[in-house]
Amino acid sequence: MLDFIMPTDRTIAVLSGKGGTGKTLVSVNLASVAQRATYIDCDVEEPNGHLFLKPSYVQEEVITVGKPVVDQNLCDGCRICSKACAFNALAVIGKQLLIFDEICHSCGLCMHLCPNHALAEVQKPLGVVRKGNSGTITFLSAEMRIGESSAVPLIKALMREKHSGLTIIDSPPGSGCLVTETISHADFCLLVAEPTIFGAHNLAMVHELVMLLKKPCAVLLNKTQDGENPSLAYAKTHNLQILGSLPYDQDLARLTSDGLVANQESEKYHTYFSLLLKEVEDASDTHSQR
Amino acid sequence: MIVAVPAEEQKLDSPLCVSFGRAPYYCIFNTETQKSRFIENAAAQSPGGAGIQAAQDLVDAKITTLITFRLGENAAKVLKAADISLLKALNLSIADNISALLENKLAELDAIHAGFHHAH
Repeated sequence: MLDFIMPTDRTIAVLSGKGGTGKTLVSVNLASVAQRATYIDCDVEEPNGHLFLKPSYVQEEVITVGKPVVDQNLCDGCRICSKACAFNALAVIGKQLLIFDEICHSCGLCMHLCPNHALAEVQKPLGVVRKGNSGTITFLSAEMRIGESSAVPLIKALMREKHSGLTIIDSPPGSGCLVTETISHADFCLLVAEPTIFGAHNLAMVHELVMLLKKPCAVLLNKTQDGENPSLAYAKTHNLQILGSLPYDQDLARLTSDGLVANQESEKYHTYFSLLLKEVEDASDTHSQR
Repeated sequence: MIVAVPAEEQKLDSPLCVSFGRAPYYCIFNTETQKSRFIENAAAQSPGGAGIQAAQDLVDAKITTLITFRLGENAAKVLKAADISLLKALNLSIADNISALLENKLAELDAIHAGFHHAH
């Protein structure tokens, strides 16, 4: 058994181009076999790591973002702000300045440029960051407020809480802004892929993003069965390191649907994820030595 | 009355563009002079907020009426602030929609959608 893995300082992001490939299954189990690790649920739109790790929370912090608010008495409708806004978050009708908070990226340029000081920053709640413990695992997660559209500041807030040792990031699905922000904090990316054409397509999308951000990565083939695996074909064509495959297994699905952490329930999966963690650490060592 | 119609092509007999903010062109028709012209939609390629910018540009072009299939809530807010009348397009060419407007056959745009912004 590999119960005595000493975590060194590294951050592993578990990614996939789509939802439902097994990111949470893999991240929760990697953190759990490592024991001394930080698990961060970056899927702030739909966090679910807590269902498995069942943390006891010690802290909850509301995260806010600054948005411009106009004083119409001071605004003369000069349009300096609306013309400068890179996101089209401002419009000027007559002398009325319209501000669209959900389009605004809180860059602050409008407030900086306003010659009449008509714009002030107001902090608006975006979501919460929760900190807790699950056994020896430090647990971090965040949840976006319903109705918000851009959660990047929540990811940044989560990453500020990250400390030394082994960190496993349960990434948001896809390959958009949230994933880009998440990957930028990782030393190594583990791409979890399904054995379908759709799975391979999404693997390609997230792989391209990882390449763009110049992060080392490897693939874990999940839900493998007999027959063709388009994700395996993609990995081979692109010389991606394959760290293993996790065969489709009803017992594993049952444990997961019961909210259980597979390696804590099954000797077979304890061995599997301990070995996978070792593989991931070795692969990330190989890359960091290059 | 100055009318704007989102257009896929710069032709009066072509169908309307189904998108407001991402339409490549707008047909601008002046009911007094009976003259039409097409303007490019500079906002069409914006990564975000295309509807807001397109609405701003049309307000600046002094339109009084917009004929469209659909409209996002942000663009609607800009156009309503400028008192632009918003009318529901018929599944006809641009020219026929303008004729229908002149014959008072166009209804007010009832449904404003929540927008198709992708998550960031």
